[in-house]
Amino acid sequence: MSTSITTEAVMDYDEAMARFDPVMGLEVHVELHTNTKMFCGCPTTFGAEPNTQVCPVCLGLPGALPVVNEKAVESAIRIGLALHCEIAEWCRFARKNYFYPDMPKNFQTSQYDEPIAFNGYLDVELEDGSTYRVEIERAHMEEDTGKSLHIGGSTGRIHGADYSLVDYNRAGIPLIEIVTKPMVGAGERAPEVAKAYVSALRDLLRALDVSDVKMEQGSMRCDANVSLRPKVGGDPLSAEQLAVPLGTRTETKNVNSLRSVERAVRYEISRHAAILAAGGSILQETRHWHEDTGVTTSGREKSDAEDYRYFPEPDLVPVAPSRELVESLRGTLPEPPGLRRRRLQGEWGYSDLEMRDVLNAGAVELIEQTVAAGASPAAAKKWWLGEPSRRANAQAQDLVTYAAEIGLTPAHVAELDGLVTSGRLNDSMARQVLDGVLAGEGTPTAVADARGLELVQDDGALEAAVDKVIEANPDVAAKIRDGKVAAAGALIGQVMKEMKGQADAGKARSLILDKLQ
Amino acid sequence: MSSLSRDDVAHLAGLARIELSDAELDRMVGELGVILESVAKVQQAPTEGVAPMSHPMPLTNVTRPDVVRPSLTAEEALSGAPESEQQRFAVPRILTED
Repeated sequence: MSTSITTEAVMDYDEAMARFDPVMGLEVHVELHTNTKMFCGCPTTFGAEPNTQVCPVCLGLPGALPVVNEKAVESAIRIGLALHCEIAEWCRFARKNYFYPDMPKNFQTSQYDEPIAFNGYLDVELEDGSTYRVEIERAHMEEDTGKSLHIGGSTGRIHGADYSLVDYNRAGIPLIEIVTKPMVGAGERAPEVAKAYVSALRDLLRALDVSDVKMEQGSMRCDANVSLRPKVGGDPLSAEQLAVPLGTRTETKNVNSLRSVERAVRYEISRHAAILAAGGSILQETRHWHEDTGVTTSGREKSDAEDYRYFPEPDLVPVAPSRELVESLRGTLPEPPGLRRRRLQGEWGYSDLEMRDVLNAGAVELIEQTVAAGASPAAAKKWWLGEPSRRANAQAQDLVTYAAEIGLTPAHVAELDGLVTSGRLNDSMARQVLDGVLAGEGTPTAVADARGLELVQDDGALEAAVDKVIEANPDVAAKIRDGKVAAAGALIGQVMKEMKGQADAGKARSLILDKLQ
Repeated sequence: MSSLSRDDVAHLAGLARIELSDAELDRMVGELGVILESVAKVQQAPTEGVAPMSHPMPLTNVTRPDVVRPSLTAEEALSGAPESEQQRFAVPRILTED
């Protein structure tokens, strides 16, 4: 294949939507963050040196026998329950046979026609506040593959590579594949629905604490199936529209950010529409998404490659979760993320806009913990969305990761707020203290002590400063005596200067007003 | 049980990455046919109400706790590899150019 990518024709999105009805199916792979792999005791640490987390089982050496990770099964059941699925009373693993060196066994241990969880749904909130119900076909257990590095050729991609280097650290890490039923009726909002679904799924998996769900690290990956059928009338949910047979689908791989999910679906819709409108037909194939150029290109055609000759894995016995186990796991499910957000917003008294800022900053958990440590919701929001968010953004990190790396904890922020509410620090001093904490100088109290930051509590000194400033500004003082209270601001500024910033501005204000009224 | 065609055998050989000559293909059609016929006899057994079995022992839920056990070293892991580079298994180019 040449390296130049020929640009395919695409139809304007609005025009495509006027003529066609999109149907999607999303497959999301989630790596569980168990300590060990699915079928062996090798660790699962991300970023380890190549081939240092492998053993005879995950290398597929002769005679090695897999044993199922109990925690992974429980996580799979919890995911199924959170997606309102039925949990199989009895299910098996199957071998998915293929020749591709990312699995050293020449097969991937997966589940075929007996998934552990099936027939569920996830309600997804869209930007306008409406809800779209995504029907879940199944969630099944399998194992991740190794990572290949393609050497030679002009790019790092498979085509044109001279040979490949494989690291099997990732091979065997527990993976849950969550497959939707065909998502119909989304109409022109299909790309938004796709993104909202993956986002809601990520929030749910994070709340379940079963995965790191870091799309950029590949612990959550999305394949997007898209097809178009002729549009009938204006309502994508009308019986006439739903009765139209589905078109041929393509499956776009490599869609590894929320934004890409939306863009890739939109692109495929426009590409399919151009082909269909010109009288062509869609080739059922795998497409590769290119984040940089925003287009998909043709991958392997699905022919022989799809013939995986599945059969029940003879080295593993069936998984038959007791109903007692299922019910006890149901008891461990967290509050659904959407409900939790609304509850916290109510408790904290944030406006919709404020809550959106908090969500966008990824600060919900931090604020929750800060409030639990004694800070007011307003103060917790103010401090987390201020300097720490700004610095996290500047370093292209999420706030939680940044805070963890720099050592800023919710307890610190609550302590800082306490120093302000107790009257030891004013706002500008508190900012200096926060800078100190971010610079690694210690806890807020330690930083305030070390930097000698403390409001002067000596009322005598403050009163002397007030007297001095009033005497030096007879004009302003006269205005205040005449009732122009706003003029006090000028005097407060000078008092603060006299006090080298270490006075309580509120106290200075009331002293000035007391003396002049 | 429908018999195996020559194309079926060629297809299976392709999936298994086994190169068969024309003569071998002809022979395999016959040999595999005999095997299939034998298996077909087993399929005549009355299995109504009998759960499918993939394992000879009546066991379920054999699991292990999620506790790390020692892995091999990279040297050990790569010791059986015909070729390695950058502490990784070196393998032939995967897909032909297209």
